[in-house]
Amino acid sequence: MTSKALSIIENDGRAAKGKDPNLSDEELRRIYEIMVMTRVMDDKGLVLQRRGGIGFYLQSTGQEASHIGSAYAMLDSDWFFPAYRQPGILLLRGVPLDDIVNEWFGNDGDTSKGRQMPVHYSFRSVNFVSISSPIGTQLSQAAGAAMGAQMRGDDTVFMTYCGDGGTSSNDFHAGLNFAGVYKAPVVFVVENNQWAISVPFQKQTAAETIAAKAQAYGMPGIRVDGNDVLAVYRASKEAVDRARKGEGPTLIETVTYRMGSHSSSDDADRYRDKKEWEAWGKRDPILRFQKYLQQKGLWDAEFETEVQTRSKQEINDAVKRAELRSLPAPESMFDDVFMNQTPQIKEQREDFLALEGEADEAQGEFPL
Amino acid sequence: MSTMTLLEAANKAMQHEMANDERVVVFGEDVGLKGGVFGTTQGLQNEFGDDRCFDTPLSECGILGTAVGMALYGLRPIAEIQFLDFIYPGFDQIVSEAAKMRYRSGGEYTCPMVIRSPYGGGIRGGHYHSQSSEAYFCHTPGLKVVIPSTPADTKGLLIASIRDEDPVMFLEPKRIYRTAKGEVPDGEHVVPLGKGRVVREGSDCTIVAYGAMVPLVEKAALEAEKQGKSMEIIDPRSLVPLDEELILESVKKTGRCVIVHEAPRTCGYGGEIAAIIAEKAIEYLEGPIARVTGFDTPFPYALENLYMPDVRRVMSGIAKTFNW
Ligand SMILES: Cc1ncc(C[n+]2csc(CCOP(=O)(O)OP(=O)(O)O)c2C)c(N)n1
Ligand SMILES: [Mg+2]
Repeated sequence: MTSKALSIIENDGRAAKGKDPNLSDEELRRIYEIMVMTRVMDDKGLVLQRRGGIGFYLQSTGQEASHIGSAYAMLDSDWFFPAYRQPGILLLRGVPLDDIVNEWFGNDGDTSKGRQMPVHYSFRSVNFVSISSPIGTQLSQAAGAAMGAQMRGDDTVFMTYCGDGGTSSNDFHAGLNFAGVYKAPVVFVVENNQWAISVPFQKQTAAETIAAKAQAYGMPGIRVDGNDVLAVYRASKEAVDRARKGEGPTLIETVTYRMGSHSSSDDADRYRDKKEWEAWGKRDPILRFQKYLQQKGLWDAEFETEVQTRSKQEINDAVKRAELRSLPAPESMFDDVFMNQTPQIKEQREDFLALEGEADEAQGEFPL
Repeated sequence: MSTMTLLEAANKAMQHEMANDERVVVFGEDVGLKGGVFGTTQGLQNEFGDDRCFDTPLSECGILGTAVGMALYGLRPIAEIQFLDFIYPGFDQIVSEAAKMRYRSGGEYTCPMVIRSPYGGGIRGGHYHSQSSEAYFCHTPGLKVVIPSTPADTKGLLIASIRDEDPVMFLEPKRIYRTAKGEVPDGEHVVPLGKGRVVREGSDCTIVAYGAMVPLVEKAALEAEKQGKSMEIIDPRSLVPLDEELILESVKKTGRCVIVHEAPRTCGYGGEIAAIIAEKAIEYLEGPIARVTGFDTPFPYALENLYMPDVRRVMSGIAKTFNW
């Protein structure tokens, strides 16, 4: 295992000899459009949070190639067990922008009923499993789902994500160990963006690379340039194909960078060197891919304007519609704890509604 | 005396003990240069160096397991868990190890350590940045559980926890980190664990509340007062050990009791207090005991203000002890 990362798009925009995955023009343009749309959506999300429209936001800026390139290797019938920094997968799978934006607001159009913080999506319709905040939990679950598919003889493949920080979690060990033992059809994508909030990669592990950890679990470990969408796609496609053929799991480390702060609650300037940030900014995954498309004659300024304008328009419209919506019905809070409400939950719900009714009558007074 | 927030008081307590006792170390995720996601450990790394205040890999299991090891070896670790909601990967090290070490070794080995963690709702944090799971820890013999509600108590209780010979869960009500402001004694200030506080004296009904519920029930008490009912408020400050005597004395005087917590009702700490009153003071009761709590649902994001007890719900609880 070398610590050199697989990279395909060269400085002049050409693909390294013999490594181009040869995607069709249409596919290439679609990937580009989704990367741009993801960035535009992330920009909007943060602006909305700053304006007080939504309570929280977390961007994937700088990691578009890393998550969109890997997800592109999957079939529609395959499953994702995501972390919280892969919003582009939703766009790739055709989730309507309204559904995404309604989740940010937690409003009555949110398909997960306002239950979770912004960006903690759940979209069963596209095999995108509900996102959890606790780091790493999805990794062992993905291994388990993959074991399930194996038991049933399905050829579904599972892709799960975590960050460099996530590799320190209990579930990273459990998930990779089980997947290795059972040769489960799962691809672990670690987006190594160099930071876990304020903790740098060097303090997360003494291992030189994350890919190196695969060896101990008996699976291949691949290190790719995470800002090179073709490299990420190529490595992921090989891993997905291997998994589908019954050849077991793969660990992919995408070497990338978190260009924003950790989230809207964080200020990275307090702990991060500006020079490091600037250097990574020069390796922007969207600009890099743009160069490749340009030299293939698939990108020009006009196309760019068209994509940018359309993306902004669509997201702005979705936000406007979401802003007109209301919060979920108060009593919906008591639904979905179990399939059937327990007697206790029923009683609490009734008491709650009675008190809400009294409150309307009392008009701000609190009669004893 | 200095005026400060609850958050600053926690910081001052750690600073005081780190200066006072070189066995004290502080560690966890983002506690070093960043000074914690809320800023509770701000300045500690700068003042005491990065071998006494340091960032760890992202593993609560690692943080708590190493804290147990350090405590066994004679250090006084303060382990920060970024949000109480994220403690579960390290639950085993708390309930199976730290809590049982003294007992299982016949007193040979002990775990004097503090696990600090922000808990509770009210910051638009959804399920995983809002829960109140104190009851899990209270249900584990061998663990102390401490929850302050004022800056002065925060400093005094945290210092007492650091000096305690047993493992202490020190849960910080994050919703009032910055809104709870008050006078805090400079220098040495110790509030012993197991002693509650009478927040407000009254004669008609006792309200037992802790953490972020204390300022809330104070508001409700003012409302009740307007309607001619005098509320006594007791803040137990530590749930384990519990100052039963203070609660029982108050209830014997007022004849009524409302218990308020943010955690779900079923098997919440309120049930324990209600049982103690029923066992030891039932003949003094002039009305049923009432509980005002979070609901038996996961903590919802969008509807959090309806989930958490508010003045209206507390008033309704008070009313139940009078009208039945
Ligand atoms: C078990 C757990 N502990 C702590 C946290 C708080 N937390 C949220 S994100 C984060 C850092 C994650 O870093 P990484 O895995 O590298 O992912 P990235 O945010 O860089 O994408 C931490 C510590 C959490 N969500 N879950
Ligand atoms: Mg990271």
